[in-house]
Amino acid sequence: MGIVTPGFRGRPRSSGPDLPPGQYLTHDFPVLSAGPTPRVPMDRWEFVITTETSRAHRWTWADMMALPSETPTVDIHCVTKWSKLGTTWQGVSLDTLMSDVDTAADYALVQSYGGYTTNLPLTDLLDGQAWLAYKFDGEDLHPEHGGPARMLIPHLYFWKSAKWVRGIQLRFDNEPGFWETAGYHDYGDPWREQRYQGD
Amino acid sequence: MIEPRMDLGPHLDGNVLAGPLREIFAMDVTAATSRCASCGAVGAVAALHVYANAPGMVARCPTCEEVVLRMVRTPDAAWLDMRGTVSLRIPM
Amino acid sequence: MARAAVPGRLTWRVAKLAEARTETPTARTLVLDVPGWPGHLAGQHVDVRLTAEDGYTAQRSYSIAAPADGDRIELTIQAVPEGEVSPYLIDVYGTGDPVEVRGPVGGWFVWRPTSMDPVLLVAGGSGIVPLMAMIRARRAAGSRIPFRLIYSVRTPGDVYYADELRRRARDDAGLDVTYAYTREVPEGWPNPPHRIGVADVNTNGWPPALTPDCYVCGPTGFVEAVADILVALGHDPRRVRTERFGPTGG
Ligand SMILES: Cc1cc2nc3c(=O)[nH]c(=O)nc-3n(C[C@H](O)[C@H](O)[C@H](O)COP(=O)(O)OP(=O)(O)OC[C@H]3O[C@@H](n4cnc5c(N)ncnc54)[C@H](O)[C@@H]3O)c2cc1C
Ligand SMILES: [Zn+2]
Repeated sequence: MGIVTPGFRGRPRSSGPDLPPGQYLTHDFPVLSAGPTPRVPMDRWEFVITTETSRAHRWTWADMMALPSETPTVDIHCVTKWSKLGTTWQGVSLDTLMSDVDTAADYALVQSYGGYTTNLPLTDLLDGQAWLAYKFDGEDLHPEHGGPARMLIPHLYFWKSAKWVRGIQLRFDNEPGFWETAGYHDYGDPWREQRYQGD
Repeated sequence: MIEPRMDLGPHLDGNVLAGPLREIFAMDVTAATSRCASCGAVGAVAALHVYANAPGMVARCPTCEEVVLRMVRTPDAAWLDMRGTVSLRIPM
Repeated sequence: MARAAVPGRLTWRVAKLAEARTETPTARTLVLDVPGWPGHLAGQHVDVRLTAEDGYTAQRSYSIAAPADGDRIELTIQAVPEGEVSPYLIDVYGTGDPVEVRGPVGGWFVWRPTSMDPVLLVAGGSGIVPLMAMIRARRAAGSRIPFRLIYSVRTPGDVYYADELRRRARDDAGLDVTYAYTREVPEGWPNPPHRIGVADVNTNGWPPALTPDCYVCGPTGFVEAVADILVALGHDPRRVRTERFGPTGG
């Protein structure tokens, strides 16, 4: 630990049993960005799941809106140490999107407009653990928070919940994504504090 | 595949990389000239667009906005990814 | 964390507050004692790290405001409302208290007294800090390179280093200072308050043909606007050096 600066407290923060180790509670919704914010016109937006055999399953915005949606209330945990509890979203479960997709793949590489990528085991997208979310707190998802649509995978650190998502590549091999190739953990479980490679 | 319009976010200048890079290198790299691997633009590292409100620092080409270098500081290591730059010319 | 220093690389050093000066109701100059300070160039900055009792740390960059005086360096901090670090440094941080600093750093946004080209400085708010370091370094070196400063502030009461700037504009041959007010102008001022525009830069800057070195510093939006104006006026983009003051760290 460095030299303590007397009287410096930093942003008000608390830890508690609801929080994974090393996390602080926040009430606002910090905006993190690794680049310019893409603006995707709705009429040209599409979401594509590509299987390991290069079979593409496509949804336009209208296709997606026609699917049954869910409104999960979940806690989110950012690797930069803030957590936000009880956030409410609306989106389509990945179980719904994957129901007609025939695949033997083990891994998923999530891809975004603007070039961002992130990887995870395919099983982490299934069984009610992941959504393609387009509303936050009852409002259309703001572009700075990933609108028109982003991934919501709350059981992993929030960098896995890719903003501005455009598709998912299903793969046999585990291709590391944007932060996973730059020192961050391959899996990113906040409860096991898997922030960096080797954690 | 459509290419979305990009809104330039609140970025800083490459100058802000000076401290983190001096932890790794013995000289100042921000005054060096880099060539973007994506569009070939040449300019000072200090003039890159740096997005610092993120899990790491992401420096992008001011011409094409592609990633030129990325830096992540973990508790016991520094990760530097320079695959977006073809070359660095460091004045000696 | 204790770590053996590798020659040439920079590590954190402990600095202590030696004295402080109030610049405006929302800005304060900190004079820090940094034992073994190696000296610096005008325009360079330091990274400052603060550690709370529970080990939580915050890190921010601050420009150095003046040429080094032995082991002493000066920073000027503007209070950002609701900020984590700047209100602390202005209201709480006291004489003798330690912080950690890493620097000096940055070899691009610097002015060297050996440079022979005229200089245009354009500051927005706290963006004056590294530009003031250049004005002070010019004076200290006895340089006669022509300097022009355009300083954009909200109101006359927001001017940092006001007395010194008045004195230098009077005494330092070849230094011109003009102000642009965005909210409130002094009594009898010829123009109404306005955001800095092409006319301000064109009238109070240098013609591109003189190939001046331009340094632009301030909030992101200000820097963006002024850099665009300079390039539109015909300045070589490579001679327009920018330093955006903005948030770092997630
Ligand atoms: C290279 C460099 C040099 C700098 N030099 C100086 C200097 O000489 N003097 C100085 O006062 N500052 C300087 N800054 C800005 C400084 O690093 C901090 O960003 C600033 O002090 C705010 O920190 P904070 O912890 O108080 O606010 P934070 O807690 O980080 O932010 C609080 C809120 O204010 C916003 N915010 C943060 N910084 C700014 C800003 N600068 N303007 C407007 N809104 C902001 C944030 O987005 C957030 O919403 C410099 C920045 C850089 C990158
Ligand atoms: Zn480029």
